Amino acid sequence: MSEGHRIIGRNLRKIDAIDKVTGRTRYADDVVLPRMLYCKLLRSPVAHANIKRIDLSGALAQEGVVAAISGETMPTAYGILPVSEDEHALCIDKVRFIGDPVAAVAAETEHAAELALDAIELELEPLETIGSVEKAINTPEPRIHPGNRRGNIHKLVSLEFGDIEQAFAEADHVEEGLFHYGGNTHLAMEQHAAVADWSPDGRLTLWSSTQTPHYVHRVLAKVLDLPAAQVRVIATPNGGGFGGKTDPFNHELAVCKLAMLTGRPVKICLTREEVFYCHRGRHATLIQARTAVKRDGTITGMHFRTLLDGGAYGSYGVASTFYTGALQTVTYEVPHYRFDGGRLFTNKPPCGPKRGHGTPQPRFALEIQLDRIAAALRIDPADLRLQQIQPANSLTSNYLRIGSIGLAKCIKTVVEASGWRERYGKLERGRGLGLACSSYLSGAGLPIYWNEMPHSAATVKLDRGGGVTVFCGSTDVGQGSDSVLAFVVAEELGIDPYQIRVVTADTDLTPVDLGSYSSRVTVMTGHATRQAAAAARERVRSGVAEKLAVSGEQITFADGKVRVAEKGIELAFAEAVAIAEARHGTIVTSGSYKPPETAGKFKGAGVGPSPAYSYSAGIVEVEVDEQTGFVTPIKVWMAHDIGQAINRSAVIGQVEGSVYMGLGEALMEEMVYREKRNLVHKIPSMLEYKSLTSLEMCEVETFLIEDPDPNGPYGAKEVGQGPLLPMPPAIANAVYDAVGVRVDMVPVTPSRVMAALDAAARGKAPRHGPERMPQVSWPEPTRVTPPWAGGDGHAQRPGSGKQAS
Amino acid sequence: MLRLPEFSYFQPTTIAEAVALKDAHGDRAMFVSGGTDLYPNMKRRQQEPRVVISLAKVDQLNAIEMRDGGIHLGAKLTLTSLASDQRLQAGWPAFAHAASSIATPLLRNMGTLGGNLCLDTRCNYYDQSYPWRKALGFCMKKDGDTCWVAPSSAKCWAVQSSDLAPVVAALGGRIELVGPKGARTLAAEAFYNDDGIRYLNKEPGELVTGLWLPEIAGARSSYIKVAQRGSFDFPVLGVAAWARFDQQQKIAELRLVLGAIAPAPRLVPDLDKLLIGRSLDDRQAIAAAAEVAWRLARPLDNTDQAFSWRKSVVKPYVERALLGLAAR
Ligand SMILES: Cc1cc2nc3c(=O)[nH]c(=O)nc-3n(C[C@H](O)[C@H](O)[C@H](O)COP(=O)(O)OP(=O)(O)OC[C@H]3O[C@@H](n4cnc5c(N)ncnc54)[C@H](O)[C@@H]3O)c2cc1C
Ligand code: SF4
Repeated sequence: MSEGHRIIGRNLRKIDAIDKVTGRTRYADDVVLPRMLYCKLLRSPVAHANIKRIDLSGALAQEGVVAAISGETMPTAYGILPVSEDEHALCIDKVRFIGDPVAAVAAETEHAAELALDAIELELEPLETIGSVEKAINTPEPRIHPGNRRGNIHKLVSLEFGDIEQAFAEADHVEEGLFHYGGNTHLAMEQHAAVADWSPDGRLTLWSSTQTPHYVHRVLAKVLDLPAAQVRVIATPNGGGFGGKTDPFNHELAVCKLAMLTGRPVKICLTREEVFYCHRGRHATLIQARTAVKRDGTITGMHFRTLLDGGAYGSYGVASTFYTGALQTVTYEVPHYRFDGGRLFTNKPPCGPKRGHGTPQPRFALEIQLDRIAAALRIDPADLRLQQIQPANSLTSNYLRIGSIGLAKCIKTVVEASGWRERYGKLERGRGLGLACSSYLSGAGLPIYWNEMPHSAATVKLDRGGGVTVFCGSTDVGQGSDSVLAFVVAEELGIDPYQIRVVTADTDLTPVDLGSYSSRVTVMTGHATRQAAAAARERVRSGVAEKLAVSGEQITFADGKVRVAEKGIELAFAEAVAIAEARHGTIVTSGSYKPPETAGKFKGAGVGPSPAYSYSAGIVEVEVDEQTGFVTPIKVWMAHDIGQAINRSAVIGQVEGSVYMGLGEALMEEMVYREKRNLVHKIPSMLEYKSLTSLEMCEVETFLIEDPDPNGPYGAKEVGQGPLLPMPPAIANAVYDAVGVRVDMVPVTPSRVMAALDAAARGKAPRHGPERMPQVSWPEPTRVTPPWAGGDGHAQRPGSGKQAS
Repeated sequence: MLRLPEFSYFQPTTIAEAVALKDAHGDRAMFVSGGTDLYPNMKRRQQEPRVVISLAKVDQLNAIEMRDGGIHLGAKLTLTSLASDQRLQAGWPAFAHAASSIATPLLRNMGTLGGNLCLDTRCNYYDQSYPWRKALGFCMKKDGDTCWVAPSSAKCWAVQSSDLAPVVAALGGRIELVGPKGARTLAAEAFYNDDGIRYLNKEPGELVTGLWLPEIAGARSSYIKVAQRGSFDFPVLGVAAWARFDQQQKIAELRLVLGAIAPAPRLVPDLDKLLIGRSLDDRQAIAAAAEVAWRLARPLDNTDQAFSWRKSVVKPYVERALLGLAAR
């Protein structure tokens, strides 16, 4: 337990744990309503085509079919980001990937709906398919999105902070390399499901496994052309999300429309294969990284170029693109920094945010590059990092405001625990240690759509019977956000957290929270809830003080009791509430939170800022089989700067889960499409899309570093995403330590390890990775003078070389 | 979720009844034992029997007994019971080990010997849902006429991915069959056919009733399964080795079988002149044998892992399987 706190910092069971393990939790697929119909979607069998004709009559004639719809029923385009509203609930003019939904059927049974799909006539006129980043760059026509400005280039950005030419000119050593980070998907255990209900008085309710009920609410109102006040979205507990349930989805709109047309509730539960098509996962990214250092390893400048394979739609892609350039600067000091990023449209399922959103790819390149620099300059990789950690309470060269930073302590902790100093570089051949670090946001500084309202809000209601209910729009995706609400309220009111009722993620009942993404929930709802609970407590305090004629300061709240120690008075919490309610009327309080204003004022400055940054350092020990290329993780030491743990066991769970997911990405997970076979997804199943099972998972020793951040509630920062990031580069670095070759690709598969070993054996560069970066005409960068050089966060006027005023 | 299509379901109680039902319903019917292979395939419409004949109540298929200088195993024994049987662990450790390496504990509790030996061949153009296969226009093995793995090929290259198949072939096992024309046994090697569509040399009406493995003095066996993960995964290469050693621990007789690289388990030929009379210490001889196996292996791009890699690791794994024959 942390000092001065009763609940915060303890090891506590999550409030929904018993329901989860006894099967009582009601997920979206458990929602069953009377007279319910079942929906299935017809998905495109072709990767890129114009739709010539859709004939639904065959489906409608089938037994049990009640309704069938195609794209023209929902003509309004939408998308999670206002800058890329390029999706339709059901495709209208064209299909853009295998799996793109074109029609929806509602029937009395799921089986009848499925059979009806085969009776729909779909006439398509195939177009040339764009299967790779390179092809997208070189094939402006046919455009996947006819309205897109630059052929199949979705977005190009270029930012320069300081003078990159000078940084490289001043350097004693430059590392330059190409890296490829394979695309991978979230693989949440729960497939997406949704149930829609339409009442005769014109109200729509949607239950859905979504991480972002507020954004879904907005899109339903827009596309279905309903007043937002008539639409209710209830996010059911998510059986895992990891970013895969943060977009509004076709199936959500389809069941709503079908419910409105039939007047009956409509349900859909996607198959695992369909979840692969929904995707929105990690962008496959090609990275060109250049890092310039002094002889002693001090970084003078960095230049990163990324090309993201975006898939068929925008999704969060513009943000993802910026994220591949945003957080390189927050771990180590980078005085001069340049970033060029591009996202391409291809005929594959759309990519979007996955745990770490856009940052694991450049982090992979960066941390390998530091390992190479350390080797070239004969500096211990841990020391190379320790000697140039970004200072606390500083602004980075790209205007990110750093508060607390426990990175040095993280590194020292894992170095110590793993025996790094004695063992790194000295293990028998085939065994190796690899180190990597990372950082992540505790919530995005800006909302998805521009507005000045709070990002998070909570209401606390006290009942005269002592009952406490907290209402908040946040969504528990398994990370434990409902529990955080209860723990915060319990801390503030001095009561048992398991007595608190938590009502979340229901747009009719709960104040808006933007959603469970960008690791924002603990920090933002934590602030809002703390504020609401403290206000409720003060209401009780003043009521009790008046009634007992004592001063408010004499009153304490703990153990479910309200006490005035000096007078030997002890009231049950319920009694105190009743007293206060008699004085003040019903006690309902609220709190809300909005992140601090961002320091950067240039275009693109909106991606990267956060109230606080978490830090992680990880070391992995591996065994490499040189005859087969198999890499086996033996043990992981992971230290995470959490600021302040709200619930230690939940934090450790998140660290272990991140390590697990990071190892999966590092070693085996990859979305693979067959380019010569119409771009079919090669392995859309949980059997063949490999992720670790418990048998591959190694021991993880977790260390929580608590360096409270002034911007976090109780000093808390994020943990859901950051500790994933060190794993892929740590694995690659460990492989190097074990067998002396570099695999500059993720996943580090056996065949890639063998390819690197073969290259070494044939006297070539001992590496396996991409060889070429496609030519792109990058735009003239937006130039920003860094804070250390007197900049004010605005872009320089083009050509002037001076600060814009 | 994926739903099963409609079908008629029979539960005979004797072998004779099961065989008669199959005879009566012909091609429209299939046997089902544990259902861990057939039912997922039916959900994806890869196999579409209108009639399913369950062996669940045919207790005659549960026997396990020492017989005729070997062991007889009934077709309905579960993989879990095979993996944990002490006689098998002691006398045929490669077999017990292979059984323990299949799928997951839950699937091993359901999956049976007969179903594993008759496992449908696998290919990642075939083990896909109906809409997925439809998107490519299907393939030769089901509903189509092209082989997407080798478009110019007249043959289907779907892979026999049973973990037991190569071991049973290496051990010199015999498959016991009962059909409308009576009972017979077939050498395991002859039971498999190198064609992904007609992958068993079995009359359609024949039921596998069991397996017989010989007990041979001085013989030892080993099996290595190569797969990405220690659970779930089908092999992308299986190496089964069996040898009889003489008093001096020299190899007197040997069989080496590769699994999961072709529509049938492949017996590596021509090893006698390299290995007979040698001891396992003769690393050169072992390397030469691995070379022969490597030349034989021609995996294609239809399973997990790069096919070039699957070929390249044949050598080290064959060496390991042969060295695994050492006395313990
Ligand atoms: C996720 C997953 C992973 C798997 N991993 C592996 C693995 O690693 N290795 C492996 O070898 N297998 C694996 N399997 C396949 C399968 O589970 C096992 O091979 C199992 O032993 C099949 O037995 P069954 O009784 O369930 O077969 P069933 O599904 O009942 O039958 C399989 C086939 O055999 C036929 N058949 C069954 N019994 C008889 C009989 N007595 N006579 C004639 N024909 C018969 C059926 O008609 C059917 O065609 C896996 C399956 C799944 C779903
Ligand atoms: S090998 Fe060819 S014919 Fe056989 S299942 Fe695969 S794609 Fe189909």
